[in-house]
Amino acid sequence: MQILHQSKVFLSVYYAYMVEYRAELILWVLANSMPLIMMGVWTQAAAGGGFSLSAIDFAHYFICVFLIRQLTIVWVVWEFEKEVVEGRLSPRLLQPIDPVWHHVAGHVAERFARMPFTFVLMALFFVLYPQAFWVPSGGGAVLAIAAIILAFILRFLIQYTFAMFAFWTERATAIEQFWFLFYSFLSGMIAPLNVFPEGVKAVVMWTPFPYLIYFPASLLVGLPVNVGQGFGVMVAWSALFWVVNRWLWRRGLRHYSGMGA
Amino acid sequence: MPIIVADCLSKVYPVAIKQSGMRGTLSHFFKRQNRLVNAVKDVSFEIQPGEVVGFLGPNGAGKTTTLKMLTGLIHPSSGRVRVADNVPFQRNRAFLEKITLVMGQKQQLLWDLPAMDSLRINAAVYGIGDREFKRRIGELTEMLSLEEKLTQPVRKLSLGERMKAELLAALLHQPQVLFLDEPTLGLDVNAQVSVREFLKSYNERFDATILLTSHYMADITALCDRVLLIHQGQLIYDGALDGLLDHFAPYRQVKLELEQTLPEAELAPYGEIESISGREVCFIIHREELTRAVAKLLAELPVCDLTITDPPIEEIIGRVFKAGIVE
Repeated sequence: MQILHQSKVFLSVYYAYMVEYRAELILWVLANSMPLIMMGVWTQAAAGGGFSLSAIDFAHYFICVFLIRQLTIVWVVWEFEKEVVEGRLSPRLLQPIDPVWHHVAGHVAERFARMPFTFVLMALFFVLYPQAFWVPSGGGAVLAIAAIILAFILRFLIQYTFAMFAFWTERATAIEQFWFLFYSFLSGMIAPLNVFPEGVKAVVMWTPFPYLIYFPASLLVGLPVNVGQGFGVMVAWSALFWVVNRWLWRRGLRHYSGMGA
Repeated sequence: MPIIVADCLSKVYPVAIKQSGMRGTLSHFFKRQNRLVNAVKDVSFEIQPGEVVGFLGPNGAGKTTTLKMLTGLIHPSSGRVRVADNVPFQRNRAFLEKITLVMGQKQQLLWDLPAMDSLRINAAVYGIGDREFKRRIGELTEMLSLEEKLTQPVRKLSLGERMKAELLAALLHQPQVLFLDEPTLGLDVNAQVSVREFLKSYNERFDATILLTSHYMADITALCDRVLLIHQGQLIYDGALDGLLDHFAPYRQVKLELEQTLPEAELAPYGEIESISGREVCFIIHREELTRAVAKLLAELPVCDLTITDPPIEEIIGRVFKAGIVE
């Protein structure tokens, strides 16, 4: 009961906080419209033939990528780094709750604030391009929702683990930016993994990247994916990052306190 | 039984050193060098429940480091510390519920939201029920005269109001031990007075123990019977405030506004001149000579305005060291 009450208060306050930035929210939604640009590129390319996906498949895929990017966006490393560098972590450490819950609540609440803009943009897209409209299968949608939630958790855990390096380097965001290079190519943001050579794809499917975008998007569109392997790999990577994260957190706190908090 | 015990507390930090210039930057890039700083050395004291203790010392003396060790933010390099029957750096829930730390320059309230929202978060964190939350908010807003301010965005509050709201947030869980680091820094005189009065009444009402650092002597004189003086990481005085002032710094600062500027030579016979800025002159005068000196100043000089204050703590401490009382 206590946890439920705490979650409710955290979410409602952080929702109010995020809504304060409604003008920025529209810009952030638009700033993530890279998948829509990629859609233009790939539908044009597909029109010439030679791909396993049709132009409409590409359109479906990239509108899903757009939605999934909006739902799984994470910025915890920037906030955490600031807290460490400016010493704002200290007062948070004196409260009887792990400071991560402030970030989690902020991220989850932001989703709710961002969604109306995202949906309006998607509706606009389908009005302009009605032949791309489709309704996902019930089973696919349920699995996709589960995969999107897991993708958000995994992405958050990965970035929060990078954030732990702020205890030592003061520029943990550099790690995230380096990682982002691999993320943009291997997650399926720039191209669906269907267009990758089979061998490369088979290897990449054991890394966390495709599960952050390609896997949930494929479930939503109805492209063939190995559901069992997909969820298994996601849970395994999440568990690994969680363990590493907690280990770094304990060591980092010791270091932080050693440097004078 | 004491509520705070510090026994031979020490803290040694590594601090990066870098020479200026390109060469320094390059050598710093390839090989980081650290120097060890003894921020706190063998500090021991005990504080009883309900005491209000002032923690004095110049910048960099080790005040904040000691407060951080007492709150559990940093591990002592050596020595023993106990606060409210807990070892602070274990930071267990029972301990965190009993203490609070307010740092004048750091804020915990969410900037763009009304303070009430941050307070609701704190209530949830400390498991304070709705009815109790309302009762405490009512009680604290009345003590702090903050009515109607809690529903305005924090960024719209004045500095004084914001500090009071920070205090309210830090005290919502009714901690027994308050660690306050410069709680009145940057506030105007009225706001300083009301924060002081609040702390006094909080201490009386809840029998709370308070350890505070401040740059303003008035904070210390208004609140503390006992002071700890720390210098270069070492505790050099632990006792009554009166004793500190009488023995170490029996001075007052006398500020004059004159009708016209006067040469320094003409002012010098009236006392030690601290500063002259146009028509404003500041003297440092021994307490015993104060009445006589002020009477003489008023009688002989064209004075428009005169104020007498305690010199700033920095000044007092500076004199303590200059006089060679403490080596």
